[in-house]
Amino acid sequence: MEYKVSLGPQHPALHEAISLRMTLDGEVIRDADLKLGYSHRGIEKLAEERSYIQNIYLTERICGICSHSHTTCFTQGVEQLMELVPARRGLYIRTLIAELERVHSHLLWLGVAGQESGFESFFMYTWRDREVVLDILEWISGNRVHYAMNTFGGVRRDVDELQKKKILDSLGLLKKRTDYYLNLAASEPTFVGRLAGVGKLSRQQAIDLCAVGPTLRASGVPMDVRKDDPYAVYDEIPFEVSTADSCDVLGRAVVRVKELIQSYHIIEYILNNLPAGPFKVKAPRKVKPNEVYSRYEAPRGENVHYIRSNGSEKPERLKVRAPTLANYPATIAMLKNGFIADIPLIFAAIDPCICCAERLVQLDDVRGGGRVLRFSELRAMANERAKKIDYTKKDIAWPF
Amino acid sequence: MIERLVHWSRVKSPWVLHLNAGGGCNGCDIEILAALMPRFDLERFGVQLKGTPRHADVMICTGAITLQNRDRVLRVYEQVPEPKFGVAAGACARAGCVYRGSYHTLVGIDQLLPVNAYVPGCPFRPAALIDAVVKLLNSVK
Repeated sequence: MEYKVSLGPQHPALHEAISLRMTLDGEVIRDADLKLGYSHRGIEKLAEERSYIQNIYLTERICGICSHSHTTCFTQGVEQLMELVPARRGLYIRTLIAELERVHSHLLWLGVAGQESGFESFFMYTWRDREVVLDILEWISGNRVHYAMNTFGGVRRDVDELQKKKILDSLGLLKKRTDYYLNLAASEPTFVGRLAGVGKLSRQQAIDLCAVGPTLRASGVPMDVRKDDPYAVYDEIPFEVSTADSCDVLGRAVVRVKELIQSYHIIEYILNNLPAGPFKVKAPRKVKPNEVYSRYEAPRGENVHYIRSNGSEKPERLKVRAPTLANYPATIAMLKNGFIADIPLIFAAIDPCICCAERLVQLDDVRGGGRVLRFSELRAMANERAKKIDYTKKDIAWPF
Repeated sequence: MIERLVHWSRVKSPWVLHLNAGGGCNGCDIEILAALMPRFDLERFGVQLKGTPRHADVMICTGAITLQNRDRVLRVYEQVPEPKFGVAAGACARAGCVYRGSYHTLVGIDQLLPVNAYVPGCPFRPAALIDAVVKLLNSVK
């Protein structure tokens, strides 16, 4: 007999609001559907009301884990629009932060994978080691989560010799720990037994469903924006694209551990080859009318920002396609014919960042059935609402 | 006697529900988890993270409330048994942060729920959360 089960939007296995609706046959999932929109904040509309420099702070707050990914993606897009060549030292520091962020994100994911597979001590271990990376990021930027490092033309803070030495010291510890995890992921029989064969996604399926990031690479497709379309200074840095052929959750864990090791090499290379000179150049305030499509390899996969400028100091349109959104169709395919007990594991394996992916313009009208709102209508609605705001009242809305 | 025992256990071991109200960047959620991890170890104060609102004494709310999530947040809050305490954690939960003026978020959790403690910061450090919990427990005493 078939029956339906809904999971979320508030559920202990999901740390953010999303709703999964599944059709079950016994314990086997026959069909799954995702309901989004619980975390939609209207970032794209907000971006149109802010100047370019203010938008760096807004794009940083698209996501709390890959905050540097979104700012870098936005910043390098706007730099192209400005026809600005950023400082070389700035680009190196930007890449350094990006790789440190990848390390902290992957360590976080490994912990979550450990927790979802019932390996609590692994969860505690990786999160303890993650604090080492957060300390490094705090030394450089002054904050643990939102680093606010990017600006047009470079970065906002320099890295000095003492910091360099401290980072290299901490890296030694992280390398040792990561080797231990690689060993563990490959040889601990309970861990391997829980992850192997779960959430199968064949190579062809991964390509057809446009999966990105470690999900795609674990299906044996060596695709990485850092290699395919190098941005910043990735064309000068030697590194390998990590892949796995097992097409399951174990493969995704192995890919991430391998990427950790590659990231350590990249960080070492950057610190040893940091060019001298200024870390930022002056950027113009206004941007010529143009449009740009910026790509970036975030820890979760390819992140895309589309920016259109109209000659003023505010963007006319910002479109964000976060990697999690690209991985949703693949998740549905992975869930199908899986067991109900594997849902948290499969869902966690794409490293979902739900608030990243909430870019919707489709609204459901309760009275007239479902309908799609055009962007112009949405804008008219937003303008209508903005007119109604009583600015004399305290605490109602931000005085733009 | 029983009342004193209940009060003692409530102060010594508050159980916590972590609720993401939707309109945040999940940086605060990660910092709440980090506060429970070995380095900061909030559990040494008896604080335990629970999955269901029915077991919780304190509801830690992060993020600005989105319109689609508003009724659900209220429903979760109503399921927490009395006496209950609300904590607005992070700049979004306090006053909306960068999402102020958006068409889909409310400005602060306190527009919808009673709040007993505010934790400032975007995102706050785990130490700030521990400070908030200690202050809240002292006020309950």
